[in-house]
Amino acid sequence: MNENITLTGLGVAACVVLFLSGIAADAAFQSHMLVIFFVLALAFLVMLRRVDFAPAGTAVAKPAQGYLDGPIRYGAIATMGWAIVGLLAGVVAASQLAWPDLNIEPWFNFGRVRPLHTSAVVFAFGGNALIATSFYVVQRTCRARRWGGDLAWFVFWGYQLFIVMAASGYLLGITAGKEYAEPEWYVDLFLTVVWLCYLAVFLGTILNRKEPHIYVANWFYLAFIVTIAMLHVVNGLSMPVSFVGSKSYSAFAGVQDALTQWWYGHNAVGFFLTAGFLGMMYYFIPKQAGRPVYSYRLSIIHFWALIFLYIWAGPHHLHYTALPDWAQTLGMVFSIMLWMPSWGGMINGLMTLSGAWDKLRTDPILRMQVIAVAFYGMSTFEGPMMSLKAVNGLSHYTDWTIGQVHSGALGGVGMISFGAIYFLVPKLWNRERLYSLRLVNWHFWLATLGIVVYAAVMWVSGIMQGLMWREYSAEGFLVYSFVESTAAMYPYYVMRTFGGLLYLVGALIMAFNIYMTIKGRVREEDAMGAPAIATPAE
Amino acid sequence: MEYQTLRTFADSWGLLALFLFFLGVVFWVFRPGSRKSHDEAARIPLDDDKEL
Repeated sequence: MNENITLTGLGVAACVVLFLSGIAADAAFQSHMLVIFFVLALAFLVMLRRVDFAPAGTAVAKPAQGYLDGPIRYGAIATMGWAIVGLLAGVVAASQLAWPDLNIEPWFNFGRVRPLHTSAVVFAFGGNALIATSFYVVQRTCRARRWGGDLAWFVFWGYQLFIVMAASGYLLGITAGKEYAEPEWYVDLFLTVVWLCYLAVFLGTILNRKEPHIYVANWFYLAFIVTIAMLHVVNGLSMPVSFVGSKSYSAFAGVQDALTQWWYGHNAVGFFLTAGFLGMMYYFIPKQAGRPVYSYRLSIIHFWALIFLYIWAGPHHLHYTALPDWAQTLGMVFSIMLWMPSWGGMINGLMTLSGAWDKLRTDPILRMQVIAVAFYGMSTFEGPMMSLKAVNGLSHYTDWTIGQVHSGALGGVGMISFGAIYFLVPKLWNRERLYSLRLVNWHFWLATLGIVVYAAVMWVSGIMQGLMWREYSAEGFLVYSFVESTAAMYPYYVMRTFGGLLYLVGALIMAFNIYMTIKGRVREEDAMGAPAIATPAE
Repeated sequence: MEYQTLRTFADSWGLLALFLFFLGVVFWVFRPGSRKSHDEAARIPLDDDKEL
């Protein structure tokens, strides 16, 4: 019966989209609807081939048993795939900054590739990792089957369609012009539907739980889902020029619009990239280390502190702008206070290993998770420091910010997600272990080296850039023109591209490792931590 | 509702309510005899390998 609903839904949606393309008010909307039509039509054909045409009554419906892991398996693969797409887009964007000839007009210029990169890594890679792991974690820690049956499949495929709509829109030049919220109004509306279904599945599972206590990881996941829904809806409030057009205007104007955007933007960092991934940390690090979290009390206190403080930190993106001074100071003060809950999480994650530090020698997955927590701690120390007005006057609009974001994103978010996927894949496909732990070790070192190169280079170039911009001569004139500061960045842009490339190569090694694991292959290799040359028995 | 009304509420009663809630959480977490239930809660992910 579900196949019928899916097929009908896809067919009707494809027809509606094709019709919309026909009556489009602008060329961009027309092309975008055509792209979506082809995606839906393809999905329709694929689903049609899977229909079972056995006579009614002969097919015996199998009752679902155990945990429902289908969408999680798909989610793990999607996470891996989007990671490679997003990282590749990042390397392309970095190369375009170093070598402007690589800007291929109009679809692949920097202005379109950059949101493609940010959305692909944050929403496609990070989002799929969060959805897949949250479905896994909530079932296990609640000891309950996922609620909502096939609704989770709609969440998974709907989210992939959202990603494709957003990405293809960027390349066609359709953008709302808000950072990390670039999709236009119709894509926003579609995401809202998918996200509310996600909330329903997650909350329904929690309500059906057999374990009386709601484990702390679920608190973090739930805070992430609820807050993202609120942020997305409020920041997305806008009026389309035409209901068959690709352009809309925000419901807010001027500085109110800017503040709404950065209230959204910073809490996308706070609740998508922090709360969600802390949920991941609170499940997968105890699992991998085989030890309970260091202090459960600390986890509760730092959860509520994080929730109450993060939401106010957005104005630090608008220092020295038209935003009232008191609001800037408020944002700065709350950012500084965020040191406490951020470090609460870091300490809790790291100290979970106390008494088990020796495992780092033999377990590269645990090593990956620990370095994720360390980078999370470093970037959340750096961030509040950069929100101080005096520091921000130097750092804002420079590469320093880019470096800090990447130490948090590549280091914290990326590494904890890779660790979770490495943990999940053998479990989800019932494999004895990963294809190769040594390849995990290669991934670990390539990625770590890549991040260190990236962050260090961006510190140097960012501070240099900031200093060049505000260098005055004795007569009170600016010493450097803007283009001189751009030319000075060239060697750093090349090195940054190299750092990103190392990180991408690490992810490619991971994809190979995951692929072989799913195929059921196990590489014969020496155990990690064993001496390189076995000494013969005396 | 006026902007001024909202912001006055936010930085007086709103602030007080959130702060008291937070203090309540801290007290709840450190209430006497809570150690055992926290230790049990912390073990939830470690005991979940059996199938449903």
